[in-house]
Amino acid sequence: MGQLVGIFIGAMLVNNFTLAYFLGLCPFFGVTGRLVTAFRLGLANIFVMLITSLAAWLLETFVLVHAPYLRLIAFIVVIASTVQFVEMFIKKVSPALFRALGIFLPLITTNCAILALALFQTSRAYGLVQGLVFAFGAGCGLTLALVLMAGLREEAELSDVPSLIRGTAMNLLVAGLLSLAFMGFAGLFGASS
Amino acid sequence: MSAAGTGPGSGREPSQLYAELIKGVWKENPIFVQVLGMCPALAVTNTALNGVAMGTATLFVLACSSLLISLLRNLIPKQVRISTFIIVIATFVTVADFTLQAVAPAVHRELGAFISLIVVNCLILGRQEAFASKHPVHLAVADAIGMGAGFTLALTSLGSLREILGKGSLFGFPLFGDSFQPWVIMILPPGGFLMLGMMLLAFAWFKEKRQKALLRLDEEAA
Repeated sequence: MGQLVGIFIGAMLVNNFTLAYFLGLCPFFGVTGRLVTAFRLGLANIFVMLITSLAAWLLETFVLVHAPYLRLIAFIVVIASTVQFVEMFIKKVSPALFRALGIFLPLITTNCAILALALFQTSRAYGLVQGLVFAFGAGCGLTLALVLMAGLREEAELSDVPSLIRGTAMNLLVAGLLSLAFMGFAGLFGASS
Repeated sequence: MSAAGTGPGSGREPSQLYAELIKGVWKENPIFVQVLGMCPALAVTNTALNGVAMGTATLFVLACSSLLISLLRNLIPKQVRISTFIIVIATFVTVADFTLQAVAPAVHRELGAFISLIVVNCLILGRQEAFASKHPVHLAVADAIGMGAGFTLALTSLGSLREILGKGSLFGFPLFGDSFQPWVIMILPPGGFLMLGMMLLAFAWFKEKRQKALLRLDEEAA
């Protein structure tokens, strides 16, 4: 149990996917204009990560032991098609949830955080439960980063910033400060990489 | 986050091949102008050598994928083109991954999962979708090499600056004496964000200055 908590906290705070590993930067800079959108994207991310973790574990345990050199291709193809399938399923079963996640589901598939999750899980030899906890933690961390960033940007929108720095440069500097703050979690639970 | 490149028209028309080759290096630089492929650009550029290795691996994958996609562009059905691109890219990334592991194990260990993650670099998929799948082979390869070179240039300069400030060395050779106090934060994750932010800021400043100077020239001429 203690180990699971360690994995969760480690993935969410100490080694936050976005702010410490630079994964999933496209949505981090692309869709953090509004808080609500950022939060929904985060939820969709958690969801896709859990599915990915399960799919990657199944693949690794039953198929890829026989052909490890196909790992990358198998992961990306299986993840993309699984997410597409789940998307159709949700659309049929729960239109409300589908509307909430919306366009983000298919986009997330090509997010580097998802593939990285599968690769990290494999290289650290996590089991099924550990993998799912890791995925949930990483997803929560991503959501946290997205929501924080969106909040900061909504605030910056209203403040008096020199026109020169507006846009990508300011977002990067803000992200740098956020990342600096997250470094404060280093060493928590002894969960360094 | 949009593709730039419609600057003031150049006076004479250079050959198209040359134009496609050169545009990625500076005018449409993937990192500094288009802001694509950020994840690897920030994650592995804590030293200049890592920047070069990552840039070269990306260049290789981009050039090979563009070559193959451009050759197959009339055979790939429109509905499944994205999946086809991804599979082609993943194949070449696997090649690059194993090659690097055999040739430079130390660098491979340092870059870790980020070599595999070239698959989901939006720059590569973007070039296939926007260029290679619509243009003949020689132009597609020229475009890929230009973009890859621009990417490598950006990663190397970012890595060099971070290494100089954070470690006081360049490509592993110490530059300053013993009295140098390294600015450690620069080689840690926050340094990546801060350094790229400052570089973009500097470029924006130069651009504004140049535009003002041009404006003044126009006014004087009028």
